[in-house]
Amino acid sequence: MSELTPKVDGVAEAQLEKTTGPWREAWIGFRKSKVALVGAGIVLLFILLAIFGPLLTKEGINEQMMADRLQPPSSEYWFGTDDFGRDIFSRIVHGARISLTVGFFAVVGSIVVGSFLGIVAGYYGRWVDTIISRIFDIMLAFPSILLAIAIVSVLGPSLRNALIAIAIINVPNFGRLIRSKVLSIKEDEYIMAAKAIGMKDFRILFSHILPNSMAPVIVQGTLAIATAILEAAALGFLGLGASAPDPEWGKMLADSKDYLQNAPWTMIFPGIAIMLTVLGFNLMGDGLRDALDPKMKS
Amino acid sequence: MSERQKLLQVKDLQTTFFTDSGEIPAVDHVDFYVREGEILGIVGESGCGKSVTSLSIMQLVPSPPGKITGGEILFGEEDLLKKSEKEMRDIRGKDVAMIFQEPMTSLNPLFTIGNQMKEAISLHEKKWSKKQITDRAVEMLKLVGLPRAEEVMKEYPHQLSGGMRQRVMIAMALVCDPKVLIADEPTTALDVTIQAQILKLMRELNERMNTAILLITHDLGVVAETCERVVVMYAGQVIEEAPTQEIFKNPCHPYTRGLIQSVPDMRDKKDRLYSIPGNVPKPGSVKKGCRFAARCESAFARCWEETPQLYRNSDVHQTRCFLYDEQEGVTTKDGQATVES
Repeated sequence: MSELTPKVDGVAEAQLEKTTGPWREAWIGFRKSKVALVGAGIVLLFILLAIFGPLLTKEGINEQMMADRLQPPSSEYWFGTDDFGRDIFSRIVHGARISLTVGFFAVVGSIVVGSFLGIVAGYYGRWVDTIISRIFDIMLAFPSILLAIAIVSVLGPSLRNALIAIAIINVPNFGRLIRSKVLSIKEDEYIMAAKAIGMKDFRILFSHILPNSMAPVIVQGTLAIATAILEAAALGFLGLGASAPDPEWGKMLADSKDYLQNAPWTMIFPGIAIMLTVLGFNLMGDGLRDALDPKMKS
Repeated sequence: MSERQKLLQVKDLQTTFFTDSGEIPAVDHVDFYVREGEILGIVGESGCGKSVTSLSIMQLVPSPPGKITGGEILFGEEDLLKKSEKEMRDIRGKDVAMIFQEPMTSLNPLFTIGNQMKEAISLHEKKWSKKQITDRAVEMLKLVGLPRAEEVMKEYPHQLSGGMRQRVMIAMALVCDPKVLIADEPTTALDVTIQAQILKLMRELNERMNTAILLITHDLGVVAETCERVVVMYAGQVIEEAPTQEIFKNPCHPYTRGLIQSVPDMRDKKDRLYSIPGNVPKPGSVKKGCRFAARCESAFARCWEETPQLYRNSDVHQTRCFLYDEQEGVTTKDGQATVES
C-alpha cells in the first residue's frame, strides 16, 4: 500500500500542472492541426516580410531602370522587372506591408464597430435591434465589392478610402455574428448571477458578454483579413485603391495586364503573393475555428 | 419564536407576463414573510411561480414581457418596489443575494474563480484594498468548505465539480454578508450526496452568519431537512403556509396532501407511486373557482364557483381551501370569498 500512495499523488500533481485557461486550451487544440500550422507559418512569413522585408531589398521600390525594362527573373532581379524597370521582388516585399495593413486595420475597424452595434442590438433588443438589424440587412443585400466601389467613389479613390470602404462593408458580418452570440449568452445563468450581485448593465456587457462572444469573432476576423486583402487588391486593380507609385499587389496586377504575353512574370508574382497570403489566413482561420468551436470540444 | 422581526415581507405581490397570447399572471396576489435568521421554504411544481416570485424580489424579472403589476416587497421598513434601478443594484448582493439552480453555468467560464469572487466584493466594498479583497475571498471559500482555497482562486470554473461550483456560488453570494439569501433550487442539479452536503452547509451558514434563507425547491425532502416554515404555491398562488413539522404532520390543502403522498416511502413497498392526476393549469387559464378544483379529490360544487381565500387553521397555519372554511363553521359571505378573483 505504501508504494501505491506516492503514485496516486503523482497523478494528482500531473493533473494540477495541466490546469489551463480557455485560451491556452484553444492553443493546444490549434497546435494539433498541421494544416493550420502551415497557414499560420505563411501568415507569419508575410508579417515578417512586411516588417523587415524593406530593410533587406537593395533596390528602391520606385527606382526606375529604363535599360532593364521587363527583364525576366534572374539572379539580379529575382522576380524580374516591370515596364518601368522596377524590381518586382522588392515591390512585392513592400506590397506585403500595404496589403497586410489594409487587411488588418479594415478588419479591426469592422470588428470594433460591428461588435458595438451587435452587442447593443443583441442586449437591448426591441426597436434598437430592429433598426440595427435592418441596416445590416440592407447592407448585405448589395454584393460587397459593389458596395465598396460605391463607397470609394463617394470618398474618392485612395488607399485610405479603400480601407474605410472595406471596413464598412464588413461591419454587418461581425455585427450579426456578435448579435447572435449575445442573444444566447445573455440567457446564461452567469449573466443573471452577475445581475444578482448588483452589477451594472454596462459592466455586464463589456466584462462578461463581450469576452464570451469573442471566439467566433476571432475566427471570422482571421478569415475576413483574407477577404479584405482580396478586396483591397480588387479595388487596386480597378484603380480605386492605391495610387500610381505605391507597390500595391492589385495595382501591380492591373499595370501588368498589357504585358501578359511578353512578360508574364509581371503578373505571376503579385498573383502568387495575393494567393499565398489569402491561403495562409484561410488555413489559419479554419484551424482556429476547429480549436475554438465549442462543438468540437470533447 | 415569533418575537423575531419580519425581515422580508412580500405583500399581495402580482407579477404578470404580457405576451402576444394575452396576460399571464405568473405570481398572483402572493403574501409571505421571512423572519431574521429563518429558513423559509417555497415548494411547488414547475411553473407554479416560485422562481418568478424570487426574481420579483430581486427585481430581475425579464422585462419585457414580465412586469411587477402590484403589491409591496418590504425589506425591513422599505419597499423595494419603490427603489430606483441604481438603489436596487446596491441592494442586490449587499442586502439580498441570490444563488441559482445550475452551478455549471452560473460562473463565467472565461475568468478564474478568484477574479469573479473579487469582482463580487469590489462591487459593494469600494474602499477596500486589493489585499483585503483577496483575503476576504479566500476566507469565504474556506468558510464554505472548499479545500485548498488559495488554489481554487486561480482555477477556472470548468476545473471544479458541480458541488464545488455551487459552494463557490454560495461563497460569492455571502461575500458581502447579505441579510437574506434567495436560493432558487440550489441542489436540483446536484447528485444526492452532494445535495445533502450543500444543504448542511446552508444550514450551518444560516446559524453562523444569521443569514435568512428563502429556499425555493420542488423537493419536499429538501424542505423537511432544511426549512423552519414552508409556503406551498400552486398556479401562482400561496395555497398553504405552516411550520415544516405541521405541514408534514397535518397537511391541510388537498394539493399539499397529494404532494406528500407522492414522496416515495422506503418502508412501504407499493408498485406505483401516488401521483396527483392532471397537470398544473396554465396561469390565468382558470377564470372561476379554485385553481386546484379540476385535480382535487375532494372538490365540491362551491369549488367550481368561488375562489377560496386563505383560511386560518391555527396561529401559524393557513390554507386556501373551502374545507377549512366550513370546518371552522364560519359562513363566509359570497362577496368575501370571491375577493381574489
